[in-house]
Amino acid sequence: MSVPLEHDYIGLSEAPPSMEGSERTSGGLNHKATELRLGLPGSDSPERDKGVVAEDKAGYPLGVLKSLSVVSGAKRGFSDAIDGGSGKWVFSGSGGSEAESGKGGNLFSPRGVNGGGKGGLVGGSEGANQNTGLGGPILKDGVVPQSPKPSQEKKPQLSAPAAKAQVVGWPPIRSYRKNSMASHPPKNEDDTEGKLGSGCLYVKVSMDGAPYLRKVDLKTYGSYRELSSALEKMFSCFTIGQCGSHGVPSRDGLSESRLMDLLHGSEYVLTYEDKDGDWMLVGDVPWEMFTDSCKRMRIMKSSEAIGLAPRAMEKCKNRH
Amino acid sequence: MQRMACSFPDEVLEHVFSFVQCDNDRNAISTVCKSWYKIERWSRRRVFVGNCYAISPDMVIRRFPDVRSIELKGKPHFADFNLVPDGWGGYVAPWISAMAAAYPWLEEIRLKRMVITDENLELISKSFKNFKVLVLSSCEGFSTDGLAAIAANCRSYLHCRNLRELDLRESEVEDLSGHWLKHFPDDYTSLVSLNIACLGCEVSFSALERLVGRCPNLRTLRLNRAVPLDKLANLLRRAPQLVELGTGAYSSELRPDVFSNLSGAFSGCKELKSLSGFWDVVPGYLPAVYPICCRLTTLNLSYATIQSPDLIKLVGQCQNLQRLWVLDYIEDAGLDAVAASCKDLRELRVFPSDPYGPEPNVPLTEQGLVSISEGCSKLQSVLYFCRQMSNAALMTIARNRPNMTRFRLCIIEPGTPDYLTLQPLDVGFGAIVEHCKDLQRLSLSGLLTDLVFEYIGTYAKKLEMLSVAFAGESDLGLHHVLSGCEKLRKLEIRDCPFGDKALLANAAKLETMRSLWMSSCSVTFGACKLLGQKMPRLNVEVIDERGTPDSRPESCPIDKLYIYRTVAGSRFDMPGFVWTIDEDSAMRLS
Repeated sequence: MSVPLEHDYIGLSEAPPSMEGSERTSGGLNHKATELRLGLPGSDSPERDKGVVAEDKAGYPLGVLKSLSVVSGAKRGFSDAIDGGSGKWVFSGSGGSEAESGKGGNLFSPRGVNGGGKGGLVGGSEGANQNTGLGGPILKDGVVPQSPKPSQEKKPQLSAPAAKAQVVGWPPIRSYRKNSMASHPPKNEDDTEGKLGSGCLYVKVSMDGAPYLRKVDLKTYGSYRELSSALEKMFSCFTIGQCGSHGVPSRDGLSESRLMDLLHGSEYVLTYEDKDGDWMLVGDVPWEMFTDSCKRMRIMKSSEAIGLAPRAMEKCKNRH
Repeated sequence: MQRMACSFPDEVLEHVFSFVQCDNDRNAISTVCKSWYKIERWSRRRVFVGNCYAISPDMVIRRFPDVRSIELKGKPHFADFNLVPDGWGGYVAPWISAMAAAYPWLEEIRLKRMVITDENLELISKSFKNFKVLVLSSCEGFSTDGLAAIAANCRSYLHCRNLRELDLRESEVEDLSGHWLKHFPDDYTSLVSLNIACLGCEVSFSALERLVGRCPNLRTLRLNRAVPLDKLANLLRRAPQLVELGTGAYSSELRPDVFSNLSGAFSGCKELKSLSGFWDVVPGYLPAVYPICCRLTTLNLSYATIQSPDLIKLVGQCQNLQRLWVLDYIEDAGLDAVAASCKDLRELRVFPSDPYGPEPNVPLTEQGLVSISEGCSKLQSVLYFCRQMSNAALMTIARNRPNMTRFRLCIIEPGTPDYLTLQPLDVGFGAIVEHCKDLQRLSLSGLLTDLVFEYIGTYAKKLEMLSVAFAGESDLGLHHVLSGCEKLRKLEIRDCPFGDKALLANAAKLETMRSLWMSSCSVTFGACKLLGQKMPRLNVEVIDERGTPDSRPESCPIDKLYIYRTVAGSRFDMPGFVWTIDEDSAMRLS
């Protein structure tokens, strides 16, 4: 699916791929069009066929990404925003329920455009209030502020499969920065949630025999099933005897069901190292407890995993 | 002309060339004539390779046989934000092996975004007779065992090796134990710079104290969070000559004796110009640094979760501050205070304290940045995270600060328009590129149409690096940038509706750039194949974890695209999720 061309800009709809000069006539870069118009906001440039704000992007290729569920669930948010409502470039939440999701959950707050009114967009309604301080909590000494939203759950509110409407790598903040804000909760005892909405929890996953390890963000999954299905997809190219030295899958690849057989059968088990440094079987403790204590994961051969299960159960009992 | 060139003996020319350090100038020298080329290549001591896959180690070694300092960069910048899957590449191993054999006198290795293993570190520690400097910036793949090898071999009696700098800047290190520090021999005294701020584990503190105490030339010490505050004073007293200090956790029970000890220790550091660290700050201990504030030129408070009043009190005393990194807790009011006190400010970075919260949590808006632009006439470099912006503010900033060279604005919610007019921010950014004629680096955010790219293509003639996210409407936007920005070297784009047309129309431009990254755009595999076939000096890497692109229709957009110029051909270490196309016009897996 290609981008619908609203303009007939020369050189792009024609064949020859050469570097274009700037002296073009219709629709291209002429001085009038490029002249900076520092006039009243909202005045349209004469060359433009459409308004400054993008309208009518029904053919927008990101709709295609709706079908992809693997890497980032955030794309659902985009396509929903495009398909629903006025078509303005507002990334409204992908469903009303996001309004109440907890810290770190929803990047896209549900502020859809309401006919272009003042309350429409992020910051629009806040703007008037900026100088008088916000409705958010006042900071105490060294205390990290919490989200004003009532829900404190880390578990996402969305239904399966894609967990959170959060965009990978946005805002562009380095993980060490996010981790350092998250790993030391504020000293306020009232704050039961503890985390500074870090929004992600990357742990390394290694697989015996695979040439390199992967990282997964545990916060993007809401359950063991989601996690295991994601891992299956991620590691499906690594199979004993089917990969070259660079982990290249054979042409036929490994089907997901085959890998599931491998994982659920006797070949491999999924284990994790917890905060105490012990290796446990994944799946024995409640999901939240797992995400809280998991430091890293390893897909290991069943033969090596003997003896893990009893310890996990014991530990679980000791904790309760 | 030839005559004149031959009239100087080689030694004289070499001596003259030794005053020319800049790479571009040396490259120019080497094109004058064969004899100058020869002399220059034998005398080049420092090499910078901006993309480790653009050239092979052997080619570098063949051209420059006697290099003493090398800098290599690996992964694309967006790897910092987890957009590049693990295993993509950037392995330094082949470089280390080649250089261990060819450059026995190598003194300095600087790596950025590369994968380095403990074995590589061990090889480094043993191979270079006069090794002095190791800087690993945003690297990964190694553990504290590798550091132990570096420490153990930092000094050599057989050769004249004396390590000066070990800087682990923001690298990801597997913390196996803090004992690695003990491997520095007792008679090792030449440490000048140590940066271990990124390490998670506790290092052996007594070993650290002894090390600091016996190195009289130590000028940079960046501790990690695990070093407690009550130990800091002792360290400082052993190294009063420090110029740059990164504290550990800056928290402790408020005790007058600890405070006065610390304050006294800081006062004793007359050369201290740069402070960082400040994790877990207890505001009561901040006044301990007041005595040295007037000398500070760099202050990194980007981990300090303290409020605006405390920040204002601190920063208000730093009249000579040139670089300030801070969290948005500083608020607009704090930035007003900075604008009033820090007249020498060159660089400001404001990071978000709660980037994922749906609501703004602090009163930090565009106004703070406007104040800074008004009050700080030397301001050149900005990185600013905020939640609202207006075209008017951007225009004011642009007019105030035409000397700006780096402007990176991140409005946290994608697609946010001008909050006053609800219009796109095209004209605001347009004003930035129009007024700031020397702008080298720009990051865009907010609601943006193709118009902003038209402005950029027209005005941003010195722009070298552009980062774009959630912007634009059509290929015209990308075309404006590729056809207009003459100095463009790095372009990184995510989640924009740019497809094949602009890319193919500007294929030749790509060879004049270091690299282009496009993810979650609308580029098809067909276009990538075409580009790969037609442009042999480009590596066109399709990164897609969904399986082979051939299994989807050719019109289906690919996930990620990384294109870079190279004289080394396709690389040999591509993982299973990277596809590349060579001129055999057959799809080739690694």
